[in-house]
Amino acid sequence: MTTLLQQLVYGLILGGTVGLIALGYTMVYGIVQLINFAHGEIFMVGAFGALATFTWVIPEGVKGTWYITLPLMVIAGAVVSMVIALIIERLAYKPLRNAPRLAPLITALGVSVALKEAVRIWYPGATAPLPFPKEFLTGSIELGSILIPKTGLLIIVVAVVLTVLLQVYINTSRMGRAMRATAQDPDTARLMGINPDRTIVLTFAIGAVLAGVAGVLYGVHINNISIDIGFQNGIFAFTAAVLGGIGSIRGAVIGGFVIGLVKTIAGQYFPGGTQYDYVWIFVVLIAVLVFRPQGLFGETERVRA
Amino acid sequence: MSPLLEVRNLSVAYGAIEAVRDISFSVEEGQIVSLIGANGAGKTTTLRTISGLLRPTRGEVLFRGRPIHRQAAHEILASGIAHCPEGRRLFGRMTVEENLQLGAYVRNDTGIEADMQRVYELFPVLGERRQNKAGLFSGGEQQMLAIGRAMMSKPKLLMLDEPSMGLSPIMTQRIFDTIKELQADGTTILLVEQNALAALALSDRGYVIDLGSTTLEGPGLDLLADQRVRAAYLGEG
Repeated sequence: MTTLLQQLVYGLILGGTVGLIALGYTMVYGIVQLINFAHGEIFMVGAFGALATFTWVIPEGVKGTWYITLPLMVIAGAVVSMVIALIIERLAYKPLRNAPRLAPLITALGVSVALKEAVRIWYPGATAPLPFPKEFLTGSIELGSILIPKTGLLIIVVAVVLTVLLQVYINTSRMGRAMRATAQDPDTARLMGINPDRTIVLTFAIGAVLAGVAGVLYGVHINNISIDIGFQNGIFAFTAAVLGGIGSIRGAVIGGFVIGLVKTIAGQYFPGGTQYDYVWIFVVLIAVLVFRPQGLFGETERVRA
Repeated sequence: MSPLLEVRNLSVAYGAIEAVRDISFSVEEGQIVSLIGANGAGKTTTLRTISGLLRPTRGEVLFRGRPIHRQAAHEILASGIAHCPEGRRLFGRMTVEENLQLGAYVRNDTGIEADMQRVYELFPVLGERRQNKAGLFSGGEQQMLAIGRAMMSKPKLLMLDEPSMGLSPIMTQRIFDTIKELQADGTTILLVEQNALAALALSDRGYVIDLGSTTLEGPGLDLLADQRVRAAYLGEG
């Protein structure tokens, strides 16, 4: 029983990370019908941005003070992710706005490779995994016999809070309405006076900020980062977005938690253990798609006239 | 004085297919002008070009004397032309209220709430169900909402594409009465209709579009009396 509960905790932590990344996949798909395969690398870049800030920007004296260091790193990670994502959108995706869908998709794959290699080449020491600072926020909260790492709890709380804030923003704000309108019917949105470019840029920016925050918190929790974390978590997050119903905010985060839980539970109890835990993620994905092709919370796609 | 809207020698193509060829017409301020013609004559394409969704291959569109045919759709809406598109194109998963708010997207004045109340007074059924999803309404109710939404930007010129499509005769009459009221309130209206009889009876001026170009023009009632129009569009002759 203790083992099960403990695994559930780990599952939720992984789920929070995956869910935060999945939001970016689902939002961008909802508005431009692009699976942005570079989005996992945006998460990775955020973690490296925060590490660079810690290493070279934050003064020695305050590095151990977590309540100063951590917020600075989170902000730095979010900003780096956002800037990179907006540059990519402008240079790689925008020129292909009216191209057949396959073109931006393949471009996204190319961008993802380019980002990863850029970090490998230009970030000092990134050819091997790098230690992520752990001076702050160490230890766990004991709940009966199970341990909840403080950094893990932070990920879960941040994931839930940001998702709720995002939902409220999209459902009630003027720009949120513009985003939903553009997603539902881009031409009619333009007839309302909505500038599609601005809406798309905002969507990429929000997705990137969420991924950047996730990258920093992931680093703080795992204590080391490498250029491979983007691909690995990106695939989980993409799967989570599809599982939850691509285009759905709620679906992405719930999909993230489902994947986190499936991976840890399967790793503990299923034959093959952690060697085969990936397999079970995709088994669940396939099972869901067989019975609900639009995903858990997705809307059935309607063909426009 | 120059007309509010002037379309000069407009041609629009989808790839190699020319949907509109050399159309010219103008809309004076305060008038109701209708474009009539059979299916595929290029009426919808013309409106979509005026509102900036399509680019002309030749010709120009002048609004208040200034060329607008190179502007983006959102800029054209902001300059005072609202387009209520064919098939209504409401945001079906959003509420009545949200659809109206989107209509007022470019405004930041304090009159938005009052204008929304005006739409609810004009169409009480919308007011009663303002929190319902637009996709759940009947065709006539959706058309009311589509017109209300287009009005929310306070346009100088309102373009309506087939507002009577799929509506019962009673509902069609309601919509046409509403168009008259909007004109009385000072809105200029460019109407595209297949229902030529009702449209021309309402219009100050009409243009018959055939195979992508303007073939006849004149005051609405004159066109209505024209033998060629009666033969082609009213099933007589």
